[in-house]
Order: sequence, then structure tokens, then C-alpha cells
Amino acid sequence: MSDDAGTDTLARTPLHDEHRALGATLVGFAGYEMPVRYAAGIMAEHTHTRAAAGLFDVSHMGQLRLTGSGAADALERLVPGDIAGLAPWAMRYTQFTDDEGGILDDLIATRTDYGVHLVVNASCKEQDIAHLERRLDAGVGLSVLSERALVALQGPRAAAVLERHAPGCTRLAFMTAGTFAIGGADALVSRCGYTGEDGFEISVPEDAAVALWRCLVAEPEVEPVGLGARDSLRLEAGLCLYGHDIDETTSPVEAGLAWSIGKRRRTGGGFPGAARIQQELAEGPKRRRVGILPDGKAPAREGTPVLDADGEEIGTVTSGGFGPTAGGPVAMGYVAAEAAEIGRPVSLLVRGKPRPAAIVKLPFVPHTYHRP
Amino acid sequence: MSGLKYSKDHEWVRIEGDVGTVGISDYAQEQLGDVVYVELPEVGRTVAQNEEAAVVESVKAASEVYAPVSGEVVEVNQALEDDPALVNGDATGEGWFVKLRLSAPGELDGLMDEAAYADYVAGLGDD
Repeated sequence: MSDDAGTDTLARTPLHDEHRALGATLVGFAGYEMPVRYAAGIMAEHTHTRAAAGLFDVSHMGQLRLTGSGAADALERLVPGDIAGLAPWAMRYTQFTDDEGGILDDLIATRTDYGVHLVVNASCKEQDIAHLERRLDAGVGLSVLSERALVALQGPRAAAVLERHAPGCTRLAFMTAGTFAIGGADALVSRCGYTGEDGFEISVPEDAAVALWRCLVAEPEVEPVGLGARDSLRLEAGLCLYGHDIDETTSPVEAGLAWSIGKRRRTGGGFPGAARIQQELAEGPKRRRVGILPDGKAPAREGTPVLDADGEEIGTVTSGGFGPTAGGPVAMGYVAAEAAEIGRPVSLLVRGKPRPAAIVKLPFVPHTYHRP
Repeated sequence: MSGLKYSKDHEWVRIEGDVGTVGISDYAQEQLGDVVYVELPEVGRTVAQNEEAAVVESVKAASEVYAPVSGEVVEVNQALEDDPALVNGDATGEGWFVKLRLSAPGELDGLMDEAAYADYVAGLGDD
């Protein structure tokens, strides 16, 4: 039942022993041995995150630092997001695009006092670093913060919990960050996440990671949550997973991420693949990422063909599974633009049988971000 | 509970007369985690040993359930439709999948008894 070839060559995060002590099931993910679930199980971890607070080790993700006065401008030449316009300590979700407008990775950029802090996907970080080394202007410094850990605290109780350890953090709005001393360690606290819930990501030096993890997991509202529930939470929240919902073959416009492209960038361009992306913004893309809600109880997994009423294939599921909060199967995928209409009935070819479903609005579970 | 015979794919079968009740082992349900959906075959279908007889889905993934013995499906566990978590709660009891009328009872000799299966699982070295 296990498809994990072996764990000998996998890297470990500074929290590896904590996961073991908490009864985690560890699997290989993006070259790291990571907890897929703890003793409670994916369903309980998912619902606990939506009800109280879940603690995630996401130290496998890449943390990078761009330094120098030209850092924001230099990054803008590689992404369609508005980075130069970010106020200090404001954050932006954006994508590294290739010259054809495909997505090389998606990332979060935070404007800091020294430049820009980036968080990129674990599976892409080596390519991202190579890409940045090749394409960044000479005057911009790039540091790989491999000696920092990253944990996420997510859920409606996250703010109350973190306030006990990082007083003042509750004043952060969604997609802003600040530096705090937590247990004597210097922490970059960002109000963001990957669950659709209010919450934080906390970057600390690796030697402070265990102390941070222990003080948070000891809080009565907090339970540890593995990658399994991280995936079901982000799917219900309608958030893309790189390598599944977005990749080099999808553009930000097809992926429904045009909201992340600022007005100045839309007109001004100046990022890889701008010609295609601007054309798609003006004329509409050929296909679109949509929410897909199966009628019955059978989940439709990644790769499931999407058919129209005549049985013609119009698209493919890119993420699909069971949504514990939605209380049933949920999916997202790409369909031809003319079929990407909320409410349109489609069918999903699961194990050779067409099963009824409908195109629906994302997310499946409303976001509860802190926007004062 | 005694009298169960296990396959290497973690299915069990319990024989009463010429009918075998089939399910997945407690180890298998633990590995899968929360079961959210079970797809069962049609009554009357004939399945060969090691052929896919059902599908069990957890939050994360879908897995095949293979027939540990050959036979004709004479009954399926309708209760799993409304309550797939029965597989987690009582894998070798209420969480059964199908009943098969055995067509080759000799196949049972190739399956593991409870003790042999326990050794087999322990040897997988997967906690």
C-alpha cells in the first residue's frame, strides 16, 4: 500500500524527531521525509484546523532572500505580480513565468527592510535558485536561507494562540508580515497560509524550531497537522498545488490567477511570457481552471477526464478528493473556456463510468482571512 | 477472531459453508486512514482470485481491493454506502465488502492464517 521507495536519501527538517514523537506517518515528499498525518488522522486534523488551530511543518519549502536596493525591481522582471509597489512588510502571491507564459513556480514575496523575502515550493526550489542566479540583475544579492525552518499555524484560533508568544502579531492584516522575538529567537511572522483560514507562517532559525514547535503544539487549541490534511484544506480553499493545478503548460490567466497580476503589470508587461499573458487577459484564455463538484459520493482524482453532455472530453481534473468540511468529494481542473460556466452540468469519467458533476465557483469553503 | 485467512494484498476471507465473506485487514485500514468511499461490485459478477473486486478510497487516494479467492458475488455490504467509516471502525466485522460463492476452494490453502499474516505484517517494517 506504500508507494514510497525508501527514506534513506531523504532530507529531514529540524522538526523530524518531533514528528516521530507525535506518532506521525512519514513519507517522501519533494526530497524530504515529511509527516503525511499524525495519530489523529487526516480527517480529524483537517476538521481541527477549521475549528481551532493546526500546526504544520513546512520547513521543506524554499526560503530565499533578495538583497539590494534593486531587489524588488529585479524580481518584477521575472514575475507578473506588482512587487515594486509593495509597501514595506506587505506580501504578494505571484508566479515565476517562462518566456511562453507558463508557470515555473508560484511563490510569496514579502517586502522587507533589506529587500525581498521569498517562499517557494520545495519541489521547485533548486530550479528557482538556478533561474534567479541566471536572470537576476548583477547588483541583487541572492541568499538561500536553508538554515531557517518554517511552520504554519492555521485556523480560527491561530491568532489568539500566537499572540501569547508573539505579542502584537494579531495587528498584522492578511498578507502582511513583521519581525517578532519568539522565545528569544528572531522570527519573521507572516499572516498568510494555504488552508483558506486565518493564520500565520513563522520563519525561525533552525536551532529555534523545536522550541517554537513545542510551545505552539502544547497550546490547548493546537494539534499537529500533516501534508495529507494540508492538501485537503487547500483543495477546499480552491488554492493551486504546483505540479498538479499549475505547471509550465498552464498560464496564470488559464489558472484563474489573473487577480494576482497588478494593473501596472497588465499594461506595462516586462515579465517573461508577457505577450501571451496580455493577450489572454484581453481575449480570454482557451481553457480555464474551475471548481468541479461531483454529484454522488465517489471522489474524482487527478487525471479524471471531464466530459460534456454529449460525452465529448472537454477537460481534466487536476486535483480531486474528499473534502472533510465540504462533506463530500470536491475537485478542480481545466475545461475549455466555453464550458467554464458556473452551474454547467458535466460528467466525470471515473473508472470508466461517466458520473454527473457540475462546474462550480471556487472555493468550496469560504476563506476567512483577516482583513480588518 | 479466528478463522480468517489473509492474502498478501491485505484482504481477509471468512468461510461459512461455500460462501466467503471478504474485507480488508485492520492493518490495511490503518494504512489507508479515514475511508470516505467504497465502490462495490454488482451482485452476480464473477471475480477471479487477485482480480479487482472493489475500490476503497481514503481522503488521499483510491486503492483496489482484490478478491483473495475466486467466486461469484452473492452479496455486497450496502451499509458501506452510507457509512464507509465502518471499514476503519470494524475492518474484520461490520466493515466487510462482499460475499463470494467460492468456485475454487482449494485457493484457501494458499492464504495465510491469522498468525502467519501477523508475522507477514510485522516483516513489512512499516510503522
